[in-house]
Amino acid sequence: MANDNNGEAYLRVRNLTKKFGEFTALKNVSLDVSEGEFVCFLGPSGCGKTTLLRAIAGLDIQTMGTVEQAGRDISALPPNERDFGIVFQSYALFPNLSVTRNIGYGLENRNMPKADIAARVSDLLDLVGLRDHATKYPSQLSGGQQQRVALARALATSPGLLLLDEPLSALDAKVRVHLRHEIKELQEKIGITTIMVTHDQEEALAMADRIVVMNHGVIEQVGSPEDIYADPASPFVADFIGTTNFVDGEVQAGGRVSVAGVAIDCGAALDGLNPGDMVTVCIRPEDVQVSTEGGGAGIPVTITDVEFLGSFHRCHVMPVNGAGQTFGKDIDFMIDLSAGRARDLGIREGMAVQAALPPEFVRIYRPVGGG
Amino acid sequence: MRDAAVAQAPRITPKVSSEDWIMRAVLVGIALYLTVSILLPLYAILSKSFKNADGLFVGLANYVNFFSTPALFWSIENSLTVTLICCVIVVTLAFIYAYALTRTCIPFKSLFKGVALLPILMPSLLPAIALVYLFGNQGIIKDWLFGYEIYGPIGIVMGECFYVFPHVLTIMLIAMANSDARLYEASDALGASKIKTFFTVTLPSVRYGLVSAFFVCFTLVITDFGVPKVVGGKYNVLATDIYKQVVGRQDFEMGAVVSMVLLLPALFAFAADRIVQRRQVALLSARAVPYQPKKNRVVDTAMLAFCCLIGLILVSILGMACFASFAKFWPYDLSLSLKHYNFDLMDGGSWNAYWNSIELAAWTAVIGTAMVFTGAYLVEKSKGFHSGRAAMQLLCMIPMAVPGLVLGLAYVFFFNAPNNPLGFLYHTMPILVICTVTHFYTVAHLTAATALKQLDGEFESVSQSLKVPFYKTFFRITVPVCMPAILDISMYLFVNAMTTVSAVVFLYSPDTALASVAILNMDDAGDVAPAAAMGMMIVGTAAAVRLVHAGLTRGILARTQAWRKR
Repeated sequence: MANDNNGEAYLRVRNLTKKFGEFTALKNVSLDVSEGEFVCFLGPSGCGKTTLLRAIAGLDIQTMGTVEQAGRDISALPPNERDFGIVFQSYALFPNLSVTRNIGYGLENRNMPKADIAARVSDLLDLVGLRDHATKYPSQLSGGQQQRVALARALATSPGLLLLDEPLSALDAKVRVHLRHEIKELQEKIGITTIMVTHDQEEALAMADRIVVMNHGVIEQVGSPEDIYADPASPFVADFIGTTNFVDGEVQAGGRVSVAGVAIDCGAALDGLNPGDMVTVCIRPEDVQVSTEGGGAGIPVTITDVEFLGSFHRCHVMPVNGAGQTFGKDIDFMIDLSAGRARDLGIREGMAVQAALPPEFVRIYRPVGGG
Repeated sequence: MRDAAVAQAPRITPKVSSEDWIMRAVLVGIALYLTVSILLPLYAILSKSFKNADGLFVGLANYVNFFSTPALFWSIENSLTVTLICCVIVVTLAFIYAYALTRTCIPFKSLFKGVALLPILMPSLLPAIALVYLFGNQGIIKDWLFGYEIYGPIGIVMGECFYVFPHVLTIMLIAMANSDARLYEASDALGASKIKTFFTVTLPSVRYGLVSAFFVCFTLVITDFGVPKVVGGKYNVLATDIYKQVVGRQDFEMGAVVSMVLLLPALFAFAADRIVQRRQVALLSARAVPYQPKKNRVVDTAMLAFCCLIGLILVSILGMACFASFAKFWPYDLSLSLKHYNFDLMDGGSWNAYWNSIELAAWTAVIGTAMVFTGAYLVEKSKGFHSGRAAMQLLCMIPMAVPGLVLGLAYVFFFNAPNNPLGFLYHTMPILVICTVTHFYTVAHLTAATALKQLDGEFESVSQSLKVPFYKTFFRITVPVCMPAILDISMYLFVNAMTTVSAVVFLYSPDTALASVAILNMDDAGDVAPAAAMGMMIVGTAAAVRLVHAGLTRGILARTQAWRKR
């Protein structure tokens, strides 16, 4: 399913299934992660992303399926026989140990000379920029600093794999943005294979080399952030990543789809569909093209509401075609216009405009269970 | 296609690491200890109640005998009567006292709280002895009873009320602390009167606490042996009946039957309390705002008067015992002397008994704390082995449901059985330690479990990922972080080992006589003042231990737990 790597994968997950009693949290999941890659597991809560991470770590071992790391089958091994470092959402820093002792915790048990431990801890303190806080206790640090201690502690033993379980979700928005940049930089510098679990799409888009979008215990799509945003494989992905308009359409002859009574071109996206089939037509709000000249290409709409969202305006529109045409039941169709474009067009509520759906941005899905 | 793939995927059996084996072995070890120290003895006493003196099975004959002897089964009614009266009185008084301490602006709150906790430091025999000095035939305020006798239900109720007050008060204080100021503000804003607020906000928020307090009071009173032993007179209750059957008449089978009869209400109250406590959990949300009492001259004055009155009663009972222990020859020569402390000259008492008690308390505190905390850690933090952990959890709860007298008698039957390989323990210090640790296991376990639950659940995961063995993390992180709770547990075990009478009264030998038992025996022999003196020794020791505990806790918080402060 996710096999787009040519070379030998560093981490190979095959047919993983995890059951908690009657509930199946993971259904036959397979995935490859290359060495040095930064992969994000992204999905809504309860989608199985943390379960998958904990199975890879051996903290909650899967019911069925295998995990291989660096060519070694680790499927049934307890965590202490695997090779990874982990950062939890709570950080789980040891409250009675100083920052130095926390970072050195995993080193003290390896018959390492004291001087070597001190040197390694010192390097890590520099790496995460906490040299000035070395003697403090975790409770004396800010959330972001605690997070860095946890990261340094996980990296101290130079593991082959770094697992991050929602590491940023306990932080303020500003610190979060700053830290995600820092973590990504650090990861590139060390080159450690990293898997991060998150429910924040922005975080995943900004940090990941590849994103694994999950829902209901299965992988919906695996791909680079650009791919996933531009070419979502399912309505779920389209909806979960960014904002998307979903409107009802009916397939017509000649590679066209009728939306709100207006036939639009869709190019080659209609393979296997026959005229008369009902489909879901998706387009992102920023991809809709607006013009004020009447009679131009597109669907004639009225702007019912304009939201000012800083750098852009979000317009909510209704079709004004005769015969009570709509985009579908209860569908709120949105168009995003940059502040400049909105000014040029003189956008205001009640205004009638033409909304064109360019074929290259339109995606067609068969309606599955209301998708 | 996908289903086929699911079917083909191999089922994974997680490898059990050597660490997991160590954890399971220790857990099983502690579970075995509890099996031997509570389950098997309980089975022994149960089976004894169906046998005759020759050890032959006689079915329900002993029970038939019990219920056809009015002198025996009337004790049930007597026990229930005094217990229910005590429950009503104590729960009411403790409720008002707790209300005064948490919801009003009276001064000296910590003093009042400290005074109310005094009875915890003494065996229940001591307040009963003090009552004899106050209201007995030569009592100084004998007239206050309007000619009624202290020996009987009146004395039992008074003594028990004193003895259980701190336990009930503690529960009420916790229930009262669980209050959300926002509810009071809302009630105020809606224009509700003080009275209406009391009935619609205050009472509902503490109702589980009230029920829980009632059941705890019920269990403590119905199973207590010290008070009715001293001031019960001819008024028989179940607890004293067991003692009389076994020690007085040597009728072990009837003792077993009465024990089973006493076990029933205790089990019932225990089960009811557990159910209520489970419901209470979700009452207080994380966003609740603690209640800040406002000044109200009338209420505050009334409450201060109430607290002074209760405090005065508590102090004067202890003060009476203290004075009696120093008075040369009550009531004729009230000059002070230490002659009653010369225990070695008394019938049934000796300084040896006091030192034995210290030894018992020390062993109980050290061994008990280590075992309880380790057991609770393994139940809370080990992975897998669900059946073992669930069984252990259940085992940990059983001791609380078993009255001390029943436990002690059960030990007699179990450890004194001729074919028991553990029989060599009988009449030794170790069996007293085992019995005491087990007797107080549950509360200690719950304290440990609560402290452990507050730790981050991922400490173990992190140390596994760092390949640090669990026992290193246990000693370097878990134990230091939980040190306040560990000190609490050891102090609880020490003080209770000093004051308990019921479980050990059947188990001591001349070499292992205990201070609390010495009080009983000296009182029996008519040496009441020396009995009071021995009681004061226990109070003094328990108080000293509490002070040391407070100092240690403060010291540890200040030194090693600097991390707790920001």
